[in-house]
Amino acid sequence: MNIGDRGLRLLSGLALFVVLAAILAIFGLVVVEGAGALSWRMLVEAPSSDLATGGVMPAIYGTAACTLLMTVAGVPVGVATAVYLAEYAPRRSRFATAVRAAVRILAGVPSIVFGLFGLGFFVLFVGKSIDGLFYRDAASPVFGRPALLWSSLTLAVLTLPVVIVTTEEAIRRVPRELREASYALGATQLTTIGRVVLPHARAGILTGVVLAVSRGAGEVAPILFTGVANYLPRIPTDVRDGFMHLGYHVYVLATQAPDVDRARAMVFGTVLVLLVLTFVLDAAALLLRARAHRGTRS
Amino acid sequence: MTAKIETRDLSTYYREKAALKGVTLSIPERRVTALIGPSGCGKSTFLRTLNRMHELSEGVRVTGQVYLDGEDIFAPHVDPVEVRRKVGMVFQRSNPFPKSIFENVAYGLRVAGERDRAVLERCVRESLEAAALWDEVKDRLHESALELSGGQQQRLCVARAVAVRPEVLLMDEPASALDPIATARIEELIVTLKEKYTIVLVTHSMQEARRISDQAAFLYLGEMIEVAPTLELFESPREPRTQEYLRGRFG
Repeated sequence: MNIGDRGLRLLSGLALFVVLAAILAIFGLVVVEGAGALSWRMLVEAPSSDLATGGVMPAIYGTAACTLLMTVAGVPVGVATAVYLAEYAPRRSRFATAVRAAVRILAGVPSIVFGLFGLGFFVLFVGKSIDGLFYRDAASPVFGRPALLWSSLTLAVLTLPVVIVTTEEAIRRVPRELREASYALGATQLTTIGRVVLPHARAGILTGVVLAVSRGAGEVAPILFTGVANYLPRIPTDVRDGFMHLGYHVYVLATQAPDVDRARAMVFGTVLVLLVLTFVLDAAALLLRARAHRGTRS
Repeated sequence: MTAKIETRDLSTYYREKAALKGVTLSIPERRVTALIGPSGCGKSTFLRTLNRMHELSEGVRVTGQVYLDGEDIFAPHVDPVEVRRKVGMVFQRSNPFPKSIFENVAYGLRVAGERDRAVLERCVRESLEAAALWDEVKDRLHESALELSGGQQQRLCVARAVAVRPEVLLMDEPASALDPIATARIEELIVTLKEKYTIVLVTHSMQEARRISDQAAFLYLGEMIEVAPTLELFESPREPRTQEYLRGRFG
């Protein structure tokens, strides 16, 4: 083996070591510090008023509710856009090219910008407009304030590109022969999409959904101005309520708690819960993607 | 003998390149018409215009007319979906849906709006019988169609095509991917199907055309060189290019 090869081998080994060490350091720290705080109580109780004891139940609930609403709002729009791009848009359509470019740009926008957009568009424009039209007599704003609904919609916009790109790719992987078989049997384009294309692309679409969910569940910046609360120990019952969120709760515990040192164990415990949650989602995405690829080959 | 389909001066262009040049052909009812010729001669292109499947490919343009029972299928008021219900198609590579055997055959009826379970079951059975597949699959109708062998899958595609009760069946080299035994079964099937359907068969196998067709047309470089009753075309071709092709000079 010549010197160049040996050198390269050493370097790539070193790089691998650095990556592994970083992962181990992060996880080691989180697990060692957080495992102590982790308890049944933590999962089912609300935090105490000084945040240092109690649990993170409202934050778990808030994260789940926000992510679920985001999915319900974003996925249909994303899938419909992808269907348009892959099935209806003429190949060299300028409009479709513009939409694709917009989707790529959207994917690159920093998430804090989405937060400001959510505040400006959803809370202040949409929300205030609804209040102005229907709740003119209300003493305090009904829709025109940060709320679970607006946070979810902001996250839906943020995760739209992931859904669009993976769905379009999945639709394009549906074999041409299957579409032709459907058309040759007298099916319309709509029927073919509904009965052949989308079912065949199902696993790929689900992968996109899970990727969107795992991204959306961990984002904090977009919900910062649009609905998340520092301390709201009761479970939100209305989409117009504020809510707690695991990611934001970590920040609050680490910087806003009355006694940051006492809250230290809780910080790591919360991080651990958040990590486990996003890992489970990522693993699900990987599994689905593997299934999607198997599905197209058979 | 009445003509089921007539094409008049039919040309197709892919972008600016002509793939078919002014083909005029009369396809008799309840007979097998075989299209032969070297690969790339336009026989598949011709077949795909007969049920307007060419419209699914971008950049394909057609001039001339195709008459189905005397009606121009390219007329503005004609819905391609209606054309395809009357003119079914079996493809070169069997392409069953990744669904059960039953659902494959029932697909065309379901998209046409049929919901009655009893009607679906009867039609699935009749179609599978017509495609000589019923006895092999009657006990596993709800298993995946992808479990079937290649020959069975192709006969399933025939069953699926006849389930919508078309009048014409277009077959694009239906046996080219099959072994000799499966090929023989498909050929037998085609011969029985012509009692009810008008069949247009694209084939690269001259033996196959000779065995099962009633009329044969020879296409070369997008032109229709010669059409005649099969025996006549094979025994005493008039055109020198047909003679050369049949003698294996080219293609």
